[in-house]
Amino acid sequence: MEYTPPPFFKRGPSLLARLSFYALLSLVLLYADARFHYMEGLRKAIGVVLYPLQRIVEVPGEMISGIGGFFVNQSFLQRENERLARQNLLNAGLLQIQQEVISENSHLRRLLDMKERAVPTSIAAEILYFGRDPFSRKIIIDKGSSHKVEEGSAVVDDTGLIGQVNRAFPWTAEIALITDREQLVPVEVVRNGLRAAVYGTGYDGALDLRFMPVNADIENGDVLVTSGIDGVYPVGLPVAVVSNIERNAAYPFARITCTPAAGVNRHRQVLVLSRLAPLPEYPPAQQKKSKPRKSRRDG
Amino acid sequence: MRSTGYSNLSTEEILLPVRPLYVALTLLAALLLNLMPLTGWVLVLRPDFVALALLYWGIHQPRKVGFLPAWLLGLAVDVAEGSLFGQHALAYSVMMFSAIALHRRVAMFGVRHQMLHVLAILLLTQVIVLAVRAASGDEYPGWWYFVSSVIGALLWPVARFLFTIPLRARRDPDEV
Repeated sequence: MEYTPPPFFKRGPSLLARLSFYALLSLVLLYADARFHYMEGLRKAIGVVLYPLQRIVEVPGEMISGIGGFFVNQSFLQRENERLARQNLLNAGLLQIQQEVISENSHLRRLLDMKERAVPTSIAAEILYFGRDPFSRKIIIDKGSSHKVEEGSAVVDDTGLIGQVNRAFPWTAEIALITDREQLVPVEVVRNGLRAAVYGTGYDGALDLRFMPVNADIENGDVLVTSGIDGVYPVGLPVAVVSNIERNAAYPFARITCTPAAGVNRHRQVLVLSRLAPLPEYPPAQQKKSKPRKSRRDG
Repeated sequence: MRSTGYSNLSTEEILLPVRPLYVALTLLAALLLNLMPLTGWVLVLRPDFVALALLYWGIHQPRKVGFLPAWLLGLAVDVAEGSLFGQHALAYSVMMFSAIALHRRVAMFGVRHQMLHVLAILLLTQVIVLAVRAASGDEYPGWWYFVSSVIGALLWPVARFLFTIPLRARRDPDEV
């Protein structure tokens, strides 16, 4: 007869077995998320459960800022009001000129038989908190897919491009900043229309302009704006200013560092721009190359 | 003077039995602390409260708090941080394993030596997260990445004190 311990001492599977089970489960999730992005649905479900907790945690901070706002003195408010009124007047003037330019532009484009530029609509949002993952640069905003925030939309503040919507939860959205290591923004130099791509470095306040030849016409202080050829970012949003150029003939490319035009550390308000109309499809590949493959499949 | 060898055992208080609801509440509170909206250097210094709470229960109540809460909280932390799905679940599972495997040993030590154990386990947890991120192509963020573990270990006595407040037996008024 086999010896079994009395039920009194039963403890279920051994510690190592339990660890292996949960570790394996986690590894499967990790692999499915990193490689195939299968986990977005589950991630969203957990995001919905976490949302009330995130709002609860906001309360003390909001109370403190509310109390602080109560004690703002009148002269400060008056000064700010004056400043904003002046700025509003200035912007209104610029806007009137721009209206004329827009109508003229669309007229010219029609004359030249070119596609009209889409004007994106925008959704105002507020930054809830900064991403806590030390490996990436992200922020969370308080508008989500229920407010028609779409994944892939561009996010700007009053001075330029901040980033792109990475994941849209029902009531919040995760934004990957342009300084994130995995972000890439197609830009052009305002001065001469030279096109390039800006890469995030993973550090605040620094962007890389990569793969520019050593003799490329780029100078310190050049303003980079989105070129819009990717179909993701609207045309002409300020992205960065070139801050440092190292031209070393030993390397094929120049080392160009830029400073982002916008900074998320200043204001809490951002604008989410709607996605543009999809670009026309790529022309089909040449028929000759696909023919032998087709015949092989048939035979 | 008390003899140092047995002082920890003799001063160990007799606590009330732990109810599952209390454990759940402390873990929820830890998750709320983790969700606090912080920026800048405070974010760097912020310890992982969820890990600390799980570690406390893993060491003190290994029969009541097992792998499942650790794993589920790991998933919640992953979603809140926007990191890879499952990296904290994996790290917390390994942390729970080391906590349960070491719980008899850790209980034998005084607070200062317990802090060293906690530091080692928290560092192990962070190294696992680091390894997962390195495998998916991210770079080492810098030495400050490990500061939060040190802060977490320094908070261990505070956590021990706070967790046992509701568990201390009411002083009997008839007792002299």
